[in-house]
Amino acid sequence: MGSSESDEYPDAQRTTGSEHRPAKARRRTDVPFFLIMGGLSSIFVLLIVLLIAADFMFTSWSDFREALLKREIQFAFRLTMFSCTLAALLSLWVGTPLGYLLSRYRFPGRWIIDTIVDIPIVLPPLVLGLSLLILFHLPFGDWKLETWMDKVVGFPVAFHWPAVVLAQFTVSCAFAVRTMRVTFDQINPRAEDVARTLGCTRFQAFMLVALPQAWRGMIAAGTISWARALGEFGPILVFAGSTRMRTEVLSTTVFLELSVGHLNAAVAVSLLMVAMAAVTLVLLRVLGTGLNA
Amino acid sequence: MIEMRDVTIRAGQFSLERISFQIPAGRYAVLMGKTGRGKTTLLELVCGLRRPTSGSILVHGQDMTDWSPADRMIGYVPQDLALFPTMNVQEHLEFALRLKKFPRARIAERTSELAAVLGISHLLLRSVRRLSGGESQRVALGRAIANRPTVLLLDEPLSALDAATRHEMHELLRTIKESTGVTILHVTHNVEEAEALADQRLLLEDGKLTAST
Repeated sequence: MGSSESDEYPDAQRTTGSEHRPAKARRRTDVPFFLIMGGLSSIFVLLIVLLIAADFMFTSWSDFREALLKREIQFAFRLTMFSCTLAALLSLWVGTPLGYLLSRYRFPGRWIIDTIVDIPIVLPPLVLGLSLLILFHLPFGDWKLETWMDKVVGFPVAFHWPAVVLAQFTVSCAFAVRTMRVTFDQINPRAEDVARTLGCTRFQAFMLVALPQAWRGMIAAGTISWARALGEFGPILVFAGSTRMRTEVLSTTVFLELSVGHLNAAVAVSLLMVAMAAVTLVLLRVLGTGLNA
Repeated sequence: MIEMRDVTIRAGQFSLERISFQIPAGRYAVLMGKTGRGKTTLLELVCGLRRPTSGSILVHGQDMTDWSPADRMIGYVPQDLALFPTMNVQEHLEFALRLKKFPRARIAERTSELAAVLGISHLLLRSVRRLSGGESQRVALGRAIANRPTVLLLDEPLSALDAATRHEMHELLRTIKESTGVTILHVTHNVEEAEALADQRLLLEDGKLTAST
């Protein structure tokens, strides 16, 4: 075009002329950023805090004590501790090798396995319980898994305590696999390669080099599995039932107490579970693993 | 002796076609070539971490193409060293010997001898997380040669070191070669390094390997 440089940049001359000072000084603030981000974030945090606070305000110390002294609830507490711990250990036992395989190897059908592992996480809990029930009672000719377990192995599963553990394991193992996979993704596979050139089989490389580096991840996976098992309810109700003094765990206690109108006992047990979950989460933080999975 | 006969490897976009070379026993060979041309792949083929699409790999006349890395007894120092983060220096030097179930006294003897040669005797109980670059190099080298392999593969082992440390490492590598008679294949970018160390030079370019003098 025909215009000169000073026409195209009318500000240029003015600013360079007078000590590099922009025409209008602007001081911008980050306050709105923090207000908006903080405001949105606090909605969720506040909700959780209010939930727990409401539970505390609803119940009294005497209600709490009374509930915890009940024989049935003490049984449920013991069964919960036992079944959650067993489910977490089993999850770790299975989740560690599976997480390792998914992290280290590219094999045909890997994506299918990856998807299958996630199914228990997305499936509605009741459906999971129903599926377990069907699996154990589906006749293959004359043969049924449940009958075989009961009569031949002498270890009845459905509507007995093993059903509680199996229902918890099915979900918590999925979380253990995810956590262990992320853990192994973050560990340099070259070290295992070098170990193999030094005379290790793949199994020795896993045991001697990879696993010792994965202990933090294993603690995280174990804790997450334990916490998931604690919250498990739907599959347990369907697959194990909620028989007092036999298959009752704390999550089913809340349901049972609520269904007979003992709101105070239900809330007291809920608070007990909040405390158990809090201890687990604090343990996780103290061990410095973080919940990055 | 290290020998490749018509080795081809294809992995996605990357390929090396019909590579052949021979490094006689006790020679120090230096492999040069631009980044991303497959020098590391070549080393991984020799030590068995990768399998060739076709062709064969021989060490001392023995066809090892289908052997697992554990059975080949080849020392390997990768570019990132890949030290074991949960072990101290001594455990690195003992690693291969323990796997072979050497008696304790022999392990101790070999470890202290090795530490003395490498100049890391004062570091034996230190965690590898707290080593300098040069110290880490020596540990990775010690770990690779502890069980007296007859072939040693070095992947740009000195690239991260300052000039003075690098010269010390040149001396050390020469000493190791002369005292053990090990056959060495050393990958580097550094021309000066090649001149200081090489008995034999190889150049990898455009998927072809040529001998250069």
